[in-house]
Formats: sequence, C-alpha cells, structure tokens
Amino acid sequence: MVATALAILRKDLRLELRAREAVPAMSLFTVTAFVLFHFGFDRDRLDGDVAAGTLWVTLLLATVLGVNRLYAAEREQGGLEAMLLAPIDRTAIFLAKAAALLLYLVALELVAVPAFGLLLLGPDLIGPLPELCALLIVADVGLAATGALVGALAAETRARELIGPLLLLPLVVPLAIAGAQATEPLFTAPGVAEDLGRWLALMGLYATIFVLLSIALFDFLLED
Amino acid sequence: MYGRALAPLALATAAASAVAFGLIFFYAPLDADQGFIQKIFYLHVPMAMVALLGFLAGGVMAAMHLRTRDRVWDMRSYVAIHLSIILSLGVLVTGSIWARASWGHWWVWDEPMLVSFLIVFLLYAVYQPLRFSIDDPGRQARYASVFAIAGAAFTVLNFIAVRMAAAYTHPRVFSQTGGNMPADMFITFLVSLGAMALLFVTLWTLELASKNAAERLRRVRRRLEREAEYSEAGERLTRPAPIRPAPAPR
Repeated sequence: MVATALAILRKDLRLELRAREAVPAMSLFTVTAFVLFHFGFDRDRLDGDVAAGTLWVTLLLATVLGVNRLYAAEREQGGLEAMLLAPIDRTAIFLAKAAALLLYLVALELVAVPAFGLLLLGPDLIGPLPELCALLIVADVGLAATGALVGALAAETRARELIGPLLLLPLVVPLAIAGAQATEPLFTAPGVAEDLGRWLALMGLYATIFVLLSIALFDFLLED
Repeated sequence: MYGRALAPLALATAAASAVAFGLIFFYAPLDADQGFIQKIFYLHVPMAMVALLGFLAGGVMAAMHLRTRDRVWDMRSYVAIHLSIILSLGVLVTGSIWARASWGHWWVWDEPMLVSFLIVFLLYAVYQPLRFSIDDPGRQARYASVFAIAGAAFTVLNFIAVRMAAAYTHPRVFSQTGGNMPADMFITFLVSLGAMALLFVTLWTLELASKNAAERLRRVRRRLEREAEYSEAGERLTRPAPIRPAPAPR
C-alpha cells in the first residue's frame, strides 16, 4: 500500500513540478493577502494577536486553493476511473493525496512565513522560529487530512468550487484557534512561548482524529 | 411503519410540553440576579442539548448506513440532521436574546457554548447543499453519510477547542448551567429537556412517516401508469387502426 501511495504521490508531484499550478498560486495568494492586510489594517508592522491571526487565517485560506486543485487532474482527465480499475487499496489514494497536500503546504509556508516576517511582522521572526515551525508542521498534518477528505467530498458535487471552501473553513476553526492562541505570545515582544504544549496537543488531537476518520471514510467516497 | 408510533408520541409531547411550561412559569423560582429572562434557559439549554445529540445521532445513523448499506439509515440520518439544523438556529436566536438581556450585547464571544454552536451551524449549513448537488441517489447517500460522521466527530472536537480558547482568554466569571442549581430549577430543567427530546423524536418520526408515505405513493402511481400504458397498448393491438385522412399540406 505504501509503495502504491508513493507512486501516486510521485505522479502528483511530477505533475505539480511540470505544470506549477497549486504551490505558486497559493504563495502568490498569501503575499497578495499580506499586502491587502497592510492596507486593510493601515499598519506597517503587526505584532501580538493581530500578527498571529493574520498569518494563520491567510495560511488557512490559501489551503482552500490547494484543496480545490488537489483532485483537478483526476476529475478533468478521468484519471480516477483508471485508478479505481487498478487493483490497489483506496486508502493508498487518500494517503498520496494527503501527503501531496502536506508537501504543498510546507512549500507554501517556506515562502509565506519569510514573506510575512519581511513585509508585516514587527518583532523578530528568527527567535520564535522553532516553536512556530513545530506548530505549523502539526497543523499541516491535520490540514492535509481534512483537506484531502473535503476535496474528495466536494469533487463529485455540481458546485464544487463553492462546496469545498464552505465545508473546509468551519472544519479548520479548531486549528485557527490553536494556531493563533499559541502564536500570539511568540509574536509579542520578548517572544516566549506560553502554553505551547497544550495547543500542540489540541492540534495533535485534531490531526489524529481527522487522519483516522479520513482513512476510515475515504473508501466510501470512491465506490462505483 | 412510522405512522403507528406517531399518535402516542404526539400525545406524550403535548403533555410533556404542557407540564414543562406549567413548571417554568408557576413552579420554578425567579432567578435572583437575572429575573424573568432567566426562564429562557429552560428553552435554550434543552434545545442546545437536543440539537447536539441530534447531530451525534445523525452521525451514528450515517455509520449504520455505511455499515449495513441500508438506505433507510441514510434517510434517518438526514432527517435527524435536518431537524438539528433548525433547532441550532433556535439555539442561536434564543442564546442571542439571553445574552442581550443579561449582558447587554446581542452576541458575546466568551460564551463557548454559543460560539461552538455558531461554528457547528456554519458547518452543517453546507450539509444540504452538498447532499442536493449530487445527482446519483446512491452516491448522494454515501457522501452525506461521510459528511455526517465527520461532522459528528468535528462537533465534539470543536467544543473542546472553543472551550479551551475561552478558558484561556476570558476566565469564566460564573457558570449558568453549573451543578449549583436549586432542586426546583433542576426538576423544571429536566422536564423541559424531556419535552424537547420528545418533540425532536416526534418531528423525526413525522417526517420519516411522510417521506415513507410519499415514496410508497410514488411507487403505486408509477405502477398504475404502467398498467394504463399496457392496457392502452393492448386495446390498440386488438382494435383495427382507424383510417385517418392524410394531413393537409401546409
């Protein structure tokens, strides 16, 4: 199953590297959103809760773009039928899609977090970077699982561009809560973490539940 | 099959609601610092609990559908979620009225119950658009079930997250639904909860009975149409075809 998942993942990554669809679009979206926030707040530098909220909400909104494109190749070219005809475990398809989304998100954050530090963040970014990276990685795992499930749910509906985001955004509220709460003290002057373990635990719980749930439910989306 | 339970259920609901209203207005004491407006508590909290249980029950029924492949379970899950969405709207409205009356604002972000309900409501508001934008009935049932199970799990997780956030930013000054309620208030609350639960079950049964009847009616009507077609076709075969004049050229 892992070999199959890796093969599908390799296909997705090759497609992304050649067509360059999702990650550049997501990165461009976040940088544009930072510019909009600069004018929207009319502030040159953000710190504390506003900075944490801006970063997390922008990243979560950018995820919507990635999720919308996640099944585009399968849907438009009929690749899903071919995959379903092949004698492979359906869970492998989910694992590959979630892993692809996870890698897109990490690639996005490699651009978005430095851009945020450069454009908007008042306090120093380097100091709290290890804590921020830990938060982002755990959040990404949860996001990848939820995104891969929601993407598959929305892909078969008539109004998928509407259903996908409307479904994904309420589902990621717990991640926004944990992310913003944990990042707020990191972005406030001394930059010392506060209750980091508790928020990481909440994100970990979210990731665990949605990974297990998606693995259990994904098969039912791909029957017929 | 649902119709038989309907009459006793409706009677029980009417009786329980009447008792609950009687207790609320004539038995339960007035709250010392909130006064009369605190009576909305007997509507708001049972509604919230029943709506929540409805979402969870919808998830369990959806799991039964995926497990047994029986579409009846999907229909049950759909009706439970559909009713819970309506109750959630009631929870948001009554909660908002209560917040306005006791804190002076129509919306308070440090009331975790209310905030969680808004998020859960926003999620489940997509249930019907998702369901009805899938044409194939089998796929519709499966996708709706996957949504219902994920939604039920999310509802629990979301309550934990919102409660954690509220506990950290705004320590709760007093808890309204805490266990330190006087006994007469608690009895009134329990009866209200029972009445609300009965109302939910009655409405659920009613909607299922109506859907069931509509489905059977459709089946009977289809059969009648088919029979009519056959008999017409049979007549045409036995009777000699009438000689029609050639149509006039236009």
